[in-house]
Amino acid sequence: MDAQKVVTIAPRIRIRGLGKIFGEPPNEVEALKGIDLEVCDNEFVTLVGASGCGKSTLLRIIGGLEYHTSGELSAAGKSLAGPGADRAMVFQHYSLYPWLNVMDNIRFSRRLRVNREDLCSADVEVASGRADALLNLMGLPNMANAYPNQLSGGMQQRVAIARALLGRPEILLMDEPFGALDAQTREVMHDLILHVFKLERATIVFVTHDVEEAIYLGQRVVLLAPRPGRIDTIYKVPLPAQRHQDMKHGREFLDLKKEILQRIRETSGMKTDTDLLEQFSRTAGGQ
Amino acid sequence: MTTPTIVRPGFWSIRGPLSQRRYWLLAVLGLIVPILAWWLLANSGWVEKVFMPSPGSVWSRTLLWLTEDNLLQDAGISIYRVTAGWLLSAVIALPIGLLIGTFRPVQALLEPLTDFIRYMPAVAFIPLVMLWIGIDEGSKIAIIFIGTFFQMILMVAEDVRRVPAAQIEAAQTMGATRMEIIRLVLLPSSKPALVDTLRITMGWAWTYLVVAELVAANSGLGYAILKAQRFLQTDKIFAGIILIGLIGLVTDQLFRLFHRKAFPWMHKKS
Repeated sequence: MDAQKVVTIAPRIRIRGLGKIFGEPPNEVEALKGIDLEVCDNEFVTLVGASGCGKSTLLRIIGGLEYHTSGELSAAGKSLAGPGADRAMVFQHYSLYPWLNVMDNIRFSRRLRVNREDLCSADVEVASGRADALLNLMGLPNMANAYPNQLSGGMQQRVAIARALLGRPEILLMDEPFGALDAQTREVMHDLILHVFKLERATIVFVTHDVEEAIYLGQRVVLLAPRPGRIDTIYKVPLPAQRHQDMKHGREFLDLKKEILQRIRETSGMKTDTDLLEQFSRTAGGQ
Repeated sequence: MTTPTIVRPGFWSIRGPLSQRRYWLLAVLGLIVPILAWWLLANSGWVEKVFMPSPGSVWSRTLLWLTEDNLLQDAGISIYRVTAGWLLSAVIALPIGLLIGTFRPVQALLEPLTDFIRYMPAVAFIPLVMLWIGIDEGSKIAIIFIGTFFQMILMVAEDVRRVPAAQIEAAQTMGATRMEIIRLVLLPSSKPALVDTLRITMGWAWTYLVVAELVAANSGLGYAILKAQRFLQTDKIFAGIILIGLIGLVTDQLFRLFHRKAFPWMHKKS
C-alpha cells in the first residue's frame, strides 16, 4: 500500500541538472544549462521564452529525439534514453503521412511491432473503437477517408493529436502545435486540447512562443532564458482548472501576461524600440 | 449611362490566368509553327535538300524504313537496350541511394565518390567497356548503365533526404524501429519522388542510346542514324531523331499517367 503511494507521488518527469551542448569543439554551443524541472502526473506545463532559449530542444530531449550531454532525465522513476511510445509528440507541421487517409494516419502506431506483440483480436477491436472515438472527439467523424492535403491546417493538427493519443501515452509533448494556425482556429484548438487533457488524464508539456496561449493552457508556465538556455522563472497560473475564453480578459490573466512578456524582453538581451530611441535621443542631445 | 469598367489581368501579367481555349490554341501553334518553318526552309531552295530534307521526304523515308528496312526491329532492339540499361541502374541505385539518404556514414562513404564519377563522360568509357565486356549486347547496356547509374544514386538519395524530419520523428515517438521507419515512412513518403526520378533518368538513358550503339552495333535506331550519315541520307537521320523523341515522349507520358494512378492522394485536392 505504502509503496504504491510513493509511485503515484513521484513526478511523471524529473529533470536534474540537465545540459545540452550542440556541436564539437571548438564550435560548441551550449543550448541548455542546469535545467531542474519536475512535471507531476496529469499536469499541464507550458514552456515559453525568447527565441533561442532552448525550449524546443528541452522538449525534444524529453521526447528522446535529442540527447542531453549532462544531467539526469527520468520518467516515472526510469531513466530515459531515446524515443518511446510512452512519450507521444505533436509537431508544428508536416508530420502527417500524406499517402495515408485520416483513419490510417490515426491508426499508424497499430502497425508498429511494439504494439503488435501479444495482441489478440479483442485488443484490435478495442483499438479500432478507440480510433473512432478519437476521430469523434476531434470533431472529424466524416473525415476518416480524406487525405491530409484535403484538410485545413487546423484539421491536420486534430488528426496529429488523435494519432499521438491512440496508444494512450503517459506523456504528451507538443512543440508549437498551433503555431501555424490562424488566431480563430487556435482558440478552438485551445479549448479542444483542454478538453482532451481533462478526458485523457495525460501529462502535457507544451512549447509555445505565444504567452497568452501558455497562460490559458498551462497550470504552470516555465520561462526559459537564452544563452545558455536555462530556467528563469516558473509561474503558477492563478486560474481555476476549468478555463474559458473570457478569462483572457480578466485582471489576473492580463497581469500575469504583462509580467511574463516583460521578463521575456529582459532576458532576451535584445534592445527594445524604446531603448534604441532613448539611446538615439541621448546621442543627438549630446551634439 | 456609363457601364462600370472591370479591370481584368492582362495577357502578359506575371503568372496570370489563361483560358483553356487560348492555352490549347497556343500549344497547337507552338507545334505547327516550327514544322511550317521547317517546311518553308526545306522548300525555299536556300538550303540544299541533302542538308535539310522536307517534312514530306522524312515521312516517306519513315514509311520506307518501316516497310522495307526493319524499322520495328531497330526500334525494338533500341527499346530493349535502353530499358535493360536503365532497369539495371535502377535495381542497384535504388537501394544504394536509399542507404545514402538514410544513414549519414553511408553518405560520407559513398556520396563524394559518386559525385566524382558522375562527372566522368560516359562516352569516354567506351574503349574500356569494349575491353572488359566485349562488343556484344552487354557493352551497349553497360554504356547506358554508366550514363544513368551515378546520377540516379544521387537523385534517389536526395529524394529520400527530402522526407520531412517530422514524419520520421513522429514515427520514432510512436515507438517505430529503424526498419519500420524505412519501410513505413521513408519508402512510401519518397515513392512519388522516386517515380519522378525514374522517369527523368529514363529520358537520359535514351540520350545515351546513340553513343551506346557506336559500339559495333548492326541494328537499332542509333545505329541506323549513324549508318544514314555514311550514305548522306539526312531524311533518315531526321526520321531516327524524331522517332527517338516520340518514343521518349510516350514513355514520359506513361510514367506521368502511372504517377496519377498510383498516388491519388497527391493529385486530389479538396
